[in-house]
Amino acid sequence: MNNIRKNRLKDQAFKIWGIFCTLLGLVLLAVFIGNILVDGIMRIDWEFVMNLPSRKPEKAGIYTALMGSIWVLLLTTLIALPVGIAAAIYLEEYSKKNKLSTILEVNISNLAGVPSIIYGLLGLEVFVRILEMGASVLAGSFTLALLILPIVIVSTREALKAVPKSIRDASFAMGASKWQTVYHQLLPASFGGILTGIILALSRAVGETAPLIVIGALAYVPFAPSSAMDEFSVLPIQIFNWITRPQHGFVENAAAAIIILLLITFVMNGIAVYFRNKWQKKFK
Amino acid sequence: MSKDKKESVIESSIKRKYKLQANDVKVWYGDFMAIKGISMDIKPNKVTAFIGPSGCGKSTFLRLFNRMNDYVDGFKMEGEINIDGSNINDKDINVELLRKQVGMVFQKPNPFPKSIFENVAYGLKIQGLKDKAFLEERVESSLKQVALWNEVKDDLNKSALALSGGQQQRLCIARTLAVEPSIILMDEPTSALDPISTAKIEELIYKLKDKYTIVIVTHNMQQASRISDNTAFFYLGELIEYDKTNKIFTNPEKEQTENYITGRFG
Repeated sequence: MNNIRKNRLKDQAFKIWGIFCTLLGLVLLAVFIGNILVDGIMRIDWEFVMNLPSRKPEKAGIYTALMGSIWVLLLTTLIALPVGIAAAIYLEEYSKKNKLSTILEVNISNLAGVPSIIYGLLGLEVFVRILEMGASVLAGSFTLALLILPIVIVSTREALKAVPKSIRDASFAMGASKWQTVYHQLLPASFGGILTGIILALSRAVGETAPLIVIGALAYVPFAPSSAMDEFSVLPIQIFNWITRPQHGFVENAAAAIIILLLITFVMNGIAVYFRNKWQKKFK
Repeated sequence: MSKDKKESVIESSIKRKYKLQANDVKVWYGDFMAIKGISMDIKPNKVTAFIGPSGCGKSTFLRLFNRMNDYVDGFKMEGEINIDGSNINDKDINVELLRKQVGMVFQKPNPFPKSIFENVAYGLKIQGLKDKAFLEERVESSLKQVALWNEVKDDLNKSALALSGGQQQRLCIARTLAVEPSIILMDEPTSALDPISTAKIEELIYKLKDKYTIVIVTHNMQQASRISDNTAFFYLGELIEYDKTNKIFTNPEKEQTENYITGRFG
């Protein structure tokens, strides 16, 4: 009897501890968002979005940084997407399972865990210096593309793996080549999963600061980039720059810019979740 | 008659007599020997059933005829598989063309997650055929051959996944027929279906043998005896007995065969 009561007590104790742990993260996030909203929401208006940087906080805007982020996001997508998907298709559908492919797989997974500043150093050496791109949007995009490539590859492989083997069998048995099977069956069937992975990877890229600072992205750029070779800034760098300023007005600006950055990542994650759900339904 | 001529006459008569031939075929998966030297000849326009307990190699053997084992890791083969007298493992054989000639139907219905029309037209489309009228005609005739046309003719653009299991399997057969193969391999095509759907498929197989050579793997002994002309009994990677279905089921030569068909093991 005593034992049963003791067990029930333990059960209850763990349940309460579990609820506490679950809420801890959420509460912290809520406090953080609340804080930011209080500081920054009043600052957000059309002018704040469209204004160029300025020494006076009330005149400063995020236009150049926002445009820089959009440029980097688009170019990163253009670079990482075809490379990542092609690599994933090769690893998942073409390569024979042997020692070499195992080593490749393990290393790609490991790359996903390499600190982003290391990618910055690599980008500085390879893209900025050796390939002489300078501290341009292009160099930044290549660096971020390298950074998210492992995530794109791993998630694309997961999406391809989720397509039942029976679909491959059916396609091959109909006389389709490997490429026809990939193009007509596997890519359409795994499209939602691949897209989800890519959006999540990009929402990570849009928040990256360290590697871009290392390659020399500037905190102050007078104009939005108009070509891939222009110098640039991005939202997180702008935020970092404002936070280090002494005037209170810039703290407000930073909070407002954080709200916009958060909004961008939340929307991207939302789109990813939408596609994942839609895709899961299709296969049930 | 010169020796060469004589040989070619013999060869062509073999061609007419046998659709498929296996000569001393051995298969390994890694170190495991799955097929231990099987030779057999399969006649055209007949239904040939492969029976035997699970793991006896009958599915592996079936998949040799359209080279579906090629992508399996660790697969290795020795011996010869001939179709209409030519070795399908020759270097100059195009495996995609081979599979257009040798269709396959699987254990679990596996329609593509596409429309009914797209499923049946798939084999033609990947051959580069685009003419809409031609595709429509071929889709209709294929669906009619499997008696599915009346059930789906108004829903051709609906997802094939919405069909019942039995309908899906008939769709998969229609998809195979659309590319006009001469041989159809079936790997336990009814084992995932209810009795009524099974009966429909069996009827269909019986009808199809006029035009096609059919090889079917089945775990269902009654099915083998109902629909096949010849039956091969496999056990532990060997072909134990191969004869007219009637003979196998009423008066088998080997004791192992008798034990299996009477349900004493397997």
